[in-house]
Amino acid sequence: MLIDHPLLGPRDAAEFVILGDASLIDRPDRQAEDAARQFHDYLHLRDNPAGEHRELWFHEQGDRSWLVVTRNTLTHEVLKVELARDVAIARGRDR
Amino acid sequence: MHYSALRILKEGLTGNRGWKPVWREPEPKRRYEIVVVGGGGHGLATAYYLATVHGLTDVAVLEKGWLGSGNVGRNTTIVRSNYLLPGNQPFYELSMKLWEGLEQDFNYNAMVSQRGIINLYHSDAQRDAAVRRGNAMILAGADAVLLDRAALREKCPFLDFDNERFPIQGGLWQPRGGTVRHDAVAWGYGRGADRRGVDLIQNCEVTGFDIRNGVCHGVETTRGAIAANRVAVCVAGSSGRVMGYAGLRLPIESHVLQAFVSEGLKPAVPGVLTFGAGHFYISQSDKGGLVFGGDIDGYNSYAQRGNLPALEHVCEGGMALMPMIGRARVLRIWGGLVDMSMDGSPFIDRTPVEGLFFNGGWNYGGFKATPASGYCYAHLVATGEPHPVAAEMRLDRFQRGAAIDEKGAGAQPNLH
Repeated sequence: MLIDHPLLGPRDAAEFVILGDASLIDRPDRQAEDAARQFHDYLHLRDNPAGEHRELWFHEQGDRSWLVVTRNTLTHEVLKVELARDVAIARGRDR
Repeated sequence: MHYSALRILKEGLTGNRGWKPVWREPEPKRRYEIVVVGGGGHGLATAYYLATVHGLTDVAVLEKGWLGSGNVGRNTTIVRSNYLLPGNQPFYELSMKLWEGLEQDFNYNAMVSQRGIINLYHSDAQRDAAVRRGNAMILAGADAVLLDRAALREKCPFLDFDNERFPIQGGLWQPRGGTVRHDAVAWGYGRGADRRGVDLIQNCEVTGFDIRNGVCHGVETTRGAIAANRVAVCVAGSSGRVMGYAGLRLPIESHVLQAFVSEGLKPAVPGVLTFGAGHFYISQSDKGGLVFGGDIDGYNSYAQRGNLPALEHVCEGGMALMPMIGRARVLRIWGGLVDMSMDGSPFIDRTPVEGLFFNGGWNYGGFKATPASGYCYAHLVATGEPHPVAAEMRLDRFQRGAAIDEKGAGAQPNLH
């Protein structure tokens, strides 16, 4: 698989490590009433779709940036690559 | 038809005209007491034990493809019970005991071969961990032998004992481990269930559940709706997809695991060997092919095929362990769809939907578990209570802080 890094261009997927579903960006509020349940769901439950999947990749053997890669899990086709930072800010996080 | 040496003799003398198809191909009825979703090893074993142990034969097994077309047909055939934790080891030891009596039990040749499995260790710390694991195995009624360097060299002189980076110090040997002819396991269980009246329905994909007021009343399939009082799902890599029809999110991700077979060679590898310093394990099939594999690719996948970096990684591990295989050519490679759970351990449990049961999250180790998985799942579905050796394999264990994390690696599927 080739991952088209937004800053560096196409890179071999072997340079990256994958963390998993991009929903891990949306960390729950630790002070919420039901924080324990929210953190359980956040940490352990997955949508696990067959098809388009947004996931976090870390460019460990490169510029060490976190990316959000949209990939088809049925074909391994990489559809879209964004900097995780941009995605997190767009979702309302401060960084 | 009962298989025996006498039967072979009789058929041989009469032109082999008496052999019958191994199972019927029934049309699905509109209603069953129990529907098992998934006609792989675990589903067929579940149906078999429902019929034989619990006397329940108003059962259908629904399979979207042909029987045994999933992971039971695409694994590396290894059976073992060398686990550490109390939530796992008694279960796998039950599985091992069932393997030992399986062929007589279901009257089918599954080529169970207890040729032994050796997990190598390469450092003092790994030796201590091996001793601890071996003691845990013995406590659970299994067998374990610690091999030092000399004893291991006698068994496997071809290993690279003096590897610069990872010299081999010895191994933890489970003599009762070994290999089993994987397809024959599915066929034997399927035949055994069919003979007792279970309907095995192929080319019948489940497309939804009939859930009203939190109670499951049956399934919708590509061959029409089928009502059932109890629905037992065991669909391995498709767990997330199928349980999604019931509105459930699972602590599971689907990944791809690759395996490899070389050309046929003369007997060289005495049993199953696992590299303690990298991702590599190997055995040799009865046809002579070296059957080997390593770790999962690491990313979510439903493609049933992997990528070349994993192949390179596995072959590097093989060369570090036993350089003699460098001249063997890889004949076939394939990828299986594995349901990786968050702690590397499986689930056999009820769900929040009444009458709907779930069995899955077998990671890359579902094959060895086939008999005990079927046995314990049948027990749960028939009696409503978990079998004692599977009592910790619950869906809510992360909520309770009771993960069964065999490696102590943390709650992330691609670490297991």
